[in-house]
Amino acid sequence: MNLQNILNELENVDADVFERIEHVSRRHVFHNFLKKAAAGIAPVAFGAVLNKAYAQGNATVVDVLNFALTLEYLEAEFYNRALGSNLIMGMEGQQTFQQIALHENAHVMVLKTALGGAAISKPNFDFTAKGAFPDVFSNYSTFLKVSQAFEDTGVRAYKGQAPRLMPFPDVLTTALRIHSVEALHAAKVRYLNGARGWITGNNPGTPGVPAAIYAGDDNVIQAGVNTAQLGGVGFERATESYDEPLTKEAVLAIAAPFLA
Amino acid sequence: MEKLPHDPTDTQLTGVGRRNFMRYLGTSAAAGVILSACHTELVDPTQQGSGRLGDTIDLGDIGYNDTTVLNFAYALEQLESAFYTQVMMTPYANMNGYERAVLTEMRDHEINHRELYRTLLGSAAIPNLTPNFSSVNFNNRTSVLLTARTFEAIGTSAYNGSGRLLKNPDNLALAGKIVSMEARHVAILSELLGPMTAYFAGNDIVSKDTGLGEARTPEEVLALARPYIQETINGKNARMA
Repeated sequence: MNLQNILNELENVDADVFERIEHVSRRHVFHNFLKKAAAGIAPVAFGAVLNKAYAQGNATVVDVLNFALTLEYLEAEFYNRALGSNLIMGMEGQQTFQQIALHENAHVMVLKTALGGAAISKPNFDFTAKGAFPDVFSNYSTFLKVSQAFEDTGVRAYKGQAPRLMPFPDVLTTALRIHSVEALHAAKVRYLNGARGWITGNNPGTPGVPAAIYAGDDNVIQAGVNTAQLGGVGFERATESYDEPLTKEAVLAIAAPFLA
Repeated sequence: MEKLPHDPTDTQLTGVGRRNFMRYLGTSAAAGVILSACHTELVDPTQQGSGRLGDTIDLGDIGYNDTTVLNFAYALEQLESAFYTQVMMTPYANMNGYERAVLTEMRDHEINHRELYRTLLGSAAIPNLTPNFSSVNFNNRTSVLLTARTFEAIGTSAYNGSGRLLKNPDNLALAGKIVSMEARHVAILSELLGPMTAYFAGNDIVSKDTGLGEARTPEEVLALARPYIQETINGKNARMA
């Protein structure tokens, strides 16, 4: 089979998927969803809808969602283990990380449901990152650093994948809705670390959080415009104003030490 | 306080733009007439408050093309930047150093977003909006911070809901860079209002069942934003019906 045939075949598969989205999501479900979304929050069944449309797998969707699932597995297990350990995090930490754990475990469920049989299994993790954070579950300060690393990486990871999901509006919307929650988490954890909720330049803001996570975050050129010259706010505020994406490869390189 | 360029809150309503417009139109402002296109011909869009009380600003069919979505976002960024500008011009009693610093930074982020949209939209930009913050008590900490949190949460849900309407991947990428800043603001404002709690990502803005943040259609967002804008701002999103 030559390349053109493969491309044609993919096109046919895609058209099929579009039809199913159109049918399942728009007609039967999305209408009702939007009504409920007036309250801002869509029902739990959303994952099941994605499952219907994509269970058999569009390569891009499966790839992006499994990538996301890997990160959510990582985060969920990280918080589950911390909350189940003897780590002393105090009242504020308990309240914060119970809420974050609730969300990360829910994200795992949403993504697993969406992927159905195409979902990857949970990898084994090493939260010390091969010894870089040996006391991650016994020293709250270390735990907070790793948490910030995961949350800020998560924000950049989803952001980087969003354009790939454009042909699949329901999946895109779900991904965006996870993305914004990762940003809520990131800002709160940064606050607990004594840092600003946002990223200035490419500075982690918290000593000990890997610098690679913030590579390129000092960009001020947006859509060809130098935003450091807009509104008289200056370079630092301009870098803060825009969170930069990370490629899948960069994210996996950051996550690699945490895979056992 | 230093004055930043293009702050809608500096606006004095002279009525000149409106009078000119009426002369041009030769009639009273009929309901439903799309004024936005006319405005940019008659009123310098870089001037303050070129929109006017009683005017209708129509964003059109939001999602028809990316310009409509960017103008929708531009309207929200105008509102947010005007709000923080007012907050820092008339800070509430006993605003502490941390609050002063982060609210100033939030103001600057929103001004930067607004100015970027203004630059990108050029002559296609809607006029400057005239904010209506009469429901806000700027001397009351809770009133200010709650309003700010509400604006930022609306902004987050607006970007989440309208990302699917964008056609150019570069625009989606840009919206993605901005929406997470709105969310970061929500978390910090929440922390100021409800310290040491789960309010930073509360069950009012994140579904506890799915862990998904809010998403709203442009029409839902406009319904929430309308009370804070003097002009009547309209828009449909036929694409999401």
